[in-house]
Amino acid sequence: MAEMRERARTIRARDLRMVFGAGLGHIGGEFSAIDILVTLYFAVLRIDPADPTAPDRDRFVLSKGHSAAALYATLAEAGFFPTAELDAFMAPMSRLNGHPDRNKVPGVETNTGPLGHGLPVAVGMALAARLDGSGRRTFALTGDGELQEGSMWEAAMAAAQFGLDNLVAIVDRNGLQQGDFTERTMRLEPLADKWRAFGWAVREVDGHDIGAMTALLRGVPFEPGRPSCVIAHTHKGQGISFARDRVEWHHHVPTADEFARALAELEASA
Amino acid sequence: MTAVVTRDELFDCREAFARALLEIAEADARVVTVVNDSVGSTKLGALKRRFPDRFINVGIAEQNLVAVGAGLANGGRIPFVCGASPFLTGRGLEQIKVDAAYSNANVKLVGVSSGLAYGELGPTHHSIEDLAWTRAIANLTVVVPADPNETAQAVHAAHAAVGPYFLRTSRMPVPTVHRPDYEFRVGRAALLRDGTDVTIIANGVLVSRAVDAATLLFGDGISARVLNMATLSPIDREAIVDAARSTGAIVTAEEHTVRGGLGGAVAEVVVSEHPVPMRILGVPGVFAPTGSAEFLLDHFGLNAVGIAAAARDLVAGRRR
Repeated sequence: MAEMRERARTIRARDLRMVFGAGLGHIGGEFSAIDILVTLYFAVLRIDPADPTAPDRDRFVLSKGHSAAALYATLAEAGFFPTAELDAFMAPMSRLNGHPDRNKVPGVETNTGPLGHGLPVAVGMALAARLDGSGRRTFALTGDGELQEGSMWEAAMAAAQFGLDNLVAIVDRNGLQQGDFTERTMRLEPLADKWRAFGWAVREVDGHDIGAMTALLRGVPFEPGRPSCVIAHTHKGQGISFARDRVEWHHHVPTADEFARALAELEASA
Repeated sequence: MTAVVTRDELFDCREAFARALLEIAEADARVVTVVNDSVGSTKLGALKRRFPDRFINVGIAEQNLVAVGAGLANGGRIPFVCGASPFLTGRGLEQIKVDAAYSNANVKLVGVSSGLAYGELGPTHHSIEDLAWTRAIANLTVVVPADPNETAQAVHAAHAAVGPYFLRTSRMPVPTVHRPDYEFRVGRAALLRDGTDVTIIANGVLVSRAVDAATLLFGDGISARVLNMATLSPIDREAIVDAARSTGAIVTAEEHTVRGGLGGAVAEVVVSEHPVPMRILGVPGVFAPTGSAEFLLDHFGLNAVGIAAAARDLVAGRRR
């Protein structure tokens, strides 16, 4: 676990540099998601960075596509492309667009960005796996604010109807969206009950506890014949004391002073 | 000159579509059909019975319809995503843009009952914006076949091509306009009748009417070329430029709003390459009144008489 935590720390530092360097990005929701990404890429997903299109690889879909920098830093750490390329994040003509493009970046499965797209596509991926008789799994990481999109619930209904127990939705439940708390904007609670009512097997976990998430995600499906939902309780900006749970850090770009202080905090946590 | 408008029998192109898709599904186990509850209106009952495992009904949920298709394509499947065109394109447009076209997913979208086909059901069910919406999207082939032969070939072409595809079919009975040996080619207009005074460019249901218009014009001493522009995107620029140069005037006719469909696509080429006078015939930027599809086409002058009148007007303008 110490190694996993170190990877998460490294990825946070790289993400911070990428956003600071680009002058654009979504640090808040990236830092809430990074421990989930590390758990998936280094303990759960059956993937080979040297063969990113192997037919029976597990599929990962970043439904909250605006956390692209975190995904890129994770993919680079996992070996899908060199970490040096991360400096090109959002640079002109870079393949590291502000939202992920599968036709440019190895390891990206479908293009996301507008919310409400990833989970529905993941349902199709899980159906394809079942048609193939393959044991590959599909994991989708969604935002919590993203669950205000109706298409997510179209997908939730379909996954349960089709009994897709090879599909896992992980909700990055950081409680914030771009403008405010989710509950003050458009209430999601009782969220676990909603997923249960839609026919999913639901578990809740601390989304920053890599050990607990590893144990949980290695145990999918939670119930045969049902898709699995993990509500990962997280904090936006986790890892930077002055960004944690702060709504403005959704897409705030750190000043030079904030950048230095945030980096110092991340380095001190090593 | 390949036009043979045969009126002995009229065809609902959905039948040709369903038959072609069944053939393809028989031959290629990768093919999966995805529908939004519209098994009857897409005429896919036989396919569902023959391949129940490869027939996925997502219910009345068009965003999920398109997205599930994109996910299936990610797994190496070739999904034919079928639904009534107004809902498939209108409700699923962002999924068509992002999940299918931008992701370059090998998804075949089939909009049935397009244009004014739903007639009396009214503007909610008319699909007269779908071509403007879809042709604006990069990396999406858009095809509007005119008769059963072309419909079947377009389905096979969609299957053979790798990449996202939108096939817009009607439910209006149409005559055949192509000879049996006609060969549909994606991106190539078909010359149905040659002429020197004006060119009529049409697609879909309007093609047979364009041929009839040329016959009327012939009686007036006007020689009209007729092109079936079955592929809207990528459009056959060469055929358009040649029509502009050779005939000096162009009328377009489509079962679609005049804003941004076939007429817009042709005009974009004409003004850039060889400006000539044009008339764009279609639904003139209004929600249609109540009436059957046939009634509405006549109401908007989308028939042989209306097309011929527009062509005559253009030719007269040049002769003045």
